[in-house]
Amino acid sequence: MHKVVRFLLVLALAGPTAVLASSEGHGGHGDDHKKELTPEQKKAHNKHYVIHHTQDSHDFGIFANESEGTHYGFPLPVILWDDGIHFFMSSKFDHGHKTVESNGKYFRLNYADGKVYKADAEGHYITKKVWDADLEMHVQEPVEVLDFSITKNVLVTILMAIFMFFLFRSVARSYQKGLAPSGAAKFLEPIIIYIRDEIARPNIGEKHYKKYMVYLLSVFFFIWFLNLSGMTPLGINVTGNIAFTAALAVMTYLITTFTAKKDYWMHIVWMPGVPVPMKIILFPIELLGTIIKPFALMIRLYANMLAGHVVLGMLLVAAYGFSSYFASGAFIGLTFFMNIIELLVALLQAYIFTMLTALYFGAAAEEHDHEHAAAH
Amino acid sequence: MEIPAIVGAGLVVIGAGIGIGRIGGSAMEAIARQPEATNKIQTAMLIAAALIEGIGFAALFAV
Amino acid sequence: MGLLEEFSIGLFFWQSVLFLALLFLLRKFAWKPILNSVNEREQKIADSLELAEKTKAEMESLKASNENLLKEARAERDAMIKDAKETASKMVAEAKDKAKEEGNKMLAAAQDSINAEKAAAIAELKTQVAAFSIEIAEKVVRGELSSADKQKALADKLAEDINMN
Repeated sequence: MHKVVRFLLVLALAGPTAVLASSEGHGGHGDDHKKELTPEQKKAHNKHYVIHHTQDSHDFGIFANESEGTHYGFPLPVILWDDGIHFFMSSKFDHGHKTVESNGKYFRLNYADGKVYKADAEGHYITKKVWDADLEMHVQEPVEVLDFSITKNVLVTILMAIFMFFLFRSVARSYQKGLAPSGAAKFLEPIIIYIRDEIARPNIGEKHYKKYMVYLLSVFFFIWFLNLSGMTPLGINVTGNIAFTAALAVMTYLITTFTAKKDYWMHIVWMPGVPVPMKIILFPIELLGTIIKPFALMIRLYANMLAGHVVLGMLLVAAYGFSSYFASGAFIGLTFFMNIIELLVALLQAYIFTMLTALYFGAAAEEHDHEHAAAH
Repeated sequence: MEIPAIVGAGLVVIGAGIGIGRIGGSAMEAIARQPEATNKIQTAMLIAAALIEGIGFAALFAV
Repeated sequence: MGLLEEFSIGLFFWQSVLFLALLFLLRKFAWKPILNSVNEREQKIADSLELAEKTKAEMESLKASNENLLKEARAERDAMIKDAKETASKMVAEAKDKAKEEGNKMLAAAQDSINAEKAAAIAELKTQVAAFSIEIAEKVVRGELSSADKQKALADKLAEDINMN
């Protein structure tokens, strides 16, 4: 057990260094044997570099040297829906350099945003006219394909789900030997009990908390472990992806809505204890609130994790942008510090997501006497 | 003259920052006054900070 | 990077499916057994504590009742000893009294028999003395009345005695 912890610790602390190694091609040093970039180009390049590392990807890249155009990693299966299923490995895209033909359709991967677009036989994007609100005019935009690929995020999630399944099953099995926790249960049981006693019980109430425990525990460990997977030097960013947080937020919203008691709807439609005009004003606000709450959950987790990755990436790029060893060293130290803060944030965000989810469940499951309802 | 949306977002973030700062400060004072209630205060502080943070992010993404 | 451009329906789909699958698997194989074991253990601990408390109280009451019993026994023993002592002393006293009485009785009987013997002896002595006296008197009277003078002197003397009376 100690070895595992030490390994994870080393992995987490070594994170920045490993990313540094892979970023060598993008910063100042890698540009020597290329033409000099203007500061604006460098800025755009660095920005793209950082953003790219927070995005989902169709292949699992471990190391890339863009100045030489070499990528190390492994391809992942691409599953597309365009009048039928198209299935092939992402290596066919060659990191956006090639157009892929499948069942008479052509697809192209845009390396900049990591998405798959429809293309024609010559490799040009098929575009359609869309109204751009900012420019206030019609523009030609490439058409996206419905993409059900096993991307990097999906793969990591699958691996994490398998890991969690075996981990917690082993915890569950360890109780068959004796009632005292042993092995991983020694570490995980206090957390499970904390979630039950400090998150579920006080927020949902002694009467109803039991039926929500499965979701709360799953969501907490799922978010926490995936957050931690983002701290490894593999450049994983599952929890900093809006689709992931949206999936969890939708789940929270559905559970809240479908387990809600009469009182919950009563407080939305006809808030007790306020004058009638206020009741009419409050109805749309409360109704909107039911959607805003899970929406805020989604945004909070996404933004926090994404921001953490962006800050780390920016600091590293900055560290390699300096010509002075002193400044670079200071920025690497800063990155190290931020990395430790991110370790805390990984736990904190999982906690806050679980806590607020429990709070919403508590509001849904609450039943109070209507004699008292008028008082508050 | 039109004010860019990012300025508004910045103002919201400043507000959120002040709000979270005040929550943190008050929580510190409260803990100093009642160290035995540390757990409850911390929980309440985190929830309040998270809610304000949500507004800050909403402003940033609205830009 | 706007939210909508970032959002991928495929990823959303996979994440939902994976999370739901994980939720149901963990529910069946992990959370239920874990929570049940933890609850069971907590129940067991609570029960054991309660039992210990109960046993302690029982012991306490047992101890108190033991003490009481001991006290009672002691008191009983003391009473018994006292009783026994009393009886013993009573018996001794009675025995003494009886012995004394018996002694007295025996003494009295002895005295009586002594007195009776004495009386008998005296009576016999008296009869003997009387017999001797009569014998002596006969002899004396014979001597005295052996002559006329002597009878006369005696008669005078008796007459004088009667006159003097």
